[in-house]
Amino acid sequence: MTTKPLPMRDVLLDRIWQAMGQDAKIFFVSADFGSPILDKIRADFPSRFVNVGIAEQNLINVSAGLALEGFTVFAYAIAPFITMRCYEQIRVSLALLSEVRPINVNLIGVGAGYSYVVSGPTHQCYEDLTLMRAMPNFQVFSPADHVTAGALFERCVSATGPKYLRFDAQVLPVIYEQTAPDLRLGFHVHRRGERVCLLATGYMLHTALRVAAQQGSEHDVGVIDLVDIARFDEDRLADELAGYQGLVSLEEGFSGRGGVDAMLFDFLARRKLPLTLLNLGVNGGYRFELGTRAELHEQVGIGPEAVQRRVAAFIQSLSH
Amino acid sequence: MNSETLDLRAKAHWVWRETLAIHRRAPETRLASSLSAVEIFVALYYGGVLRFDASQPLAAHRDRCVISKGHGSICMYPILADLGFFSKDELLRVCHSGGFLGGIPDPVIPGYETVNGSLGHGLGVATGMALGLKRLDSDRQVFVVSGDGELHEGANWEAAMFASQHRLDNLNLVIDDNGISMLGYTDDIVSHHSLSERLTAFGWDCRRVDGHDVLAVQAGLLEMKATAAGKPKALIAKTLKGRGVPGLENAPLSHILNPKPELIDSLLEQLP
Repeated sequence: MTTKPLPMRDVLLDRIWQAMGQDAKIFFVSADFGSPILDKIRADFPSRFVNVGIAEQNLINVSAGLALEGFTVFAYAIAPFITMRCYEQIRVSLALLSEVRPINVNLIGVGAGYSYVVSGPTHQCYEDLTLMRAMPNFQVFSPADHVTAGALFERCVSATGPKYLRFDAQVLPVIYEQTAPDLRLGFHVHRRGERVCLLATGYMLHTALRVAAQQGSEHDVGVIDLVDIARFDEDRLADELAGYQGLVSLEEGFSGRGGVDAMLFDFLARRKLPLTLLNLGVNGGYRFELGTRAELHEQVGIGPEAVQRRVAAFIQSLSH
Repeated sequence: MNSETLDLRAKAHWVWRETLAIHRRAPETRLASSLSAVEIFVALYYGGVLRFDASQPLAAHRDRCVISKGHGSICMYPILADLGFFSKDELLRVCHSGGFLGGIPDPVIPGYETVNGSLGHGLGVATGMALGLKRLDSDRQVFVVSGDGELHEGANWEAAMFASQHRLDNLNLVIDDNGISMLGYTDDIVSHHSLSERLTAFGWDCRRVDGHDVLAVQAGLLEMKATAAGKPKALIAKTLKGRGVPGLENAPLSHILNPKPELIDSLLEQLP
């Protein structure tokens, strides 16, 4: 039986809606951003839902204040706005404050990478992983399908501290038919390979799986889904990478600007792992061209064809 | 504390002197903006306005006081020590290694609620607290002490709109309206014109007071606290930055000026 793919946000919001009936501490705050499931929350829990309007700075501040009064807060907006419009509010009243107060605020950002395809760079989001992982106490989750997105609910309510959930705006194929990835591990191994491993997050996992399948048995590459960008199990990932010569990072964010690639450069250096890293992310600057997500990805070097070419060349370079 | 018998004016003068003495020992502290707010904090903490428990600073039954003008609240250090939030010995270690009373107060200090100093954050967070308390059916109130300069930050006005929309009449904004930000008079920089008219237009219930008449401030705060008419409330306290220090008082650059140590010594030598 195959699972019907659903929007990440609706799956998590449905979990929240179900929980709000039993848990009077859950509060939902939106910056004038909706979803069909959010309509159920608005209708059924009007005293614990509030729309702050198009005002992300206030979204964060009000969420911090509610959390100080003991509520478990979900704050909800479009990804570039909930991260960048209000970054200092996040830093001061979530990251700094949570060092001395047990507050629980969960930021749900919808619109990872190019997922708002035709909306252009204002609504696309290629800097958020860099920015959110820059705060050392932030938890950052980047799911690749709706099953993973829904599984994040327990983590959100059970752990205090600030969290950022980076959701795709498109409906992505289901990866985890049977069971969600182990969030304590923070990553999931999809296939083991010989010389090169692709480590991808979010939408890019789908590209990685496709590219790995196309490499054929001659160059068997591994694939790992990185869900928890900030607090994955380092020992277990180091074990998993032992034996590979090369690691390829795949992210829907600018390459070489502090995102997952920087995290992995740091990880390899600290753990003294003898792997060469090829960091694949968005090349170049901001662009205004229209196209499908696949076309946009090819233009900036992260489409399946571009990744296929670059991975093949990487494998070649390692064998000399 | 018996607010009826306590001489608030004498207490305010004592806090003013202690604030000068702290600055004498720790010149990194912002003196001028701390002196404009002395009577506001004395009235809040000694005037029977705030309910608090120094032995349990975060007890649920407290009224919340968010001190948004972080740097300009060094006068809170002697107040909190005097009220038993922490040892008076700490006043000798302001800005020193091993102490916790910094140049800008942080919520590691018992009695401080939130992270401030970076300006314009307090009102928004306080608004969320006020909404939360309403939803919890609590009768506790939230006070915010803000400078007029930091009201240039737009997030304040997002919060002001939100607070009136949600009829947060448990939210009390106290503005230390000293009329000066870092580089001069706010009227010359970006004028607020009439803060009371602006806040009223945003749906707030506003009142004004002489911010250095501690009894008037106390009366204004008590009256504001007792008002619950479906509107957030503001008390605009007209004050002087650097009050009482020659050369500093109401000087356009008072925020970044430090009076000479000999001047502070001579002020402290005068009889209380």
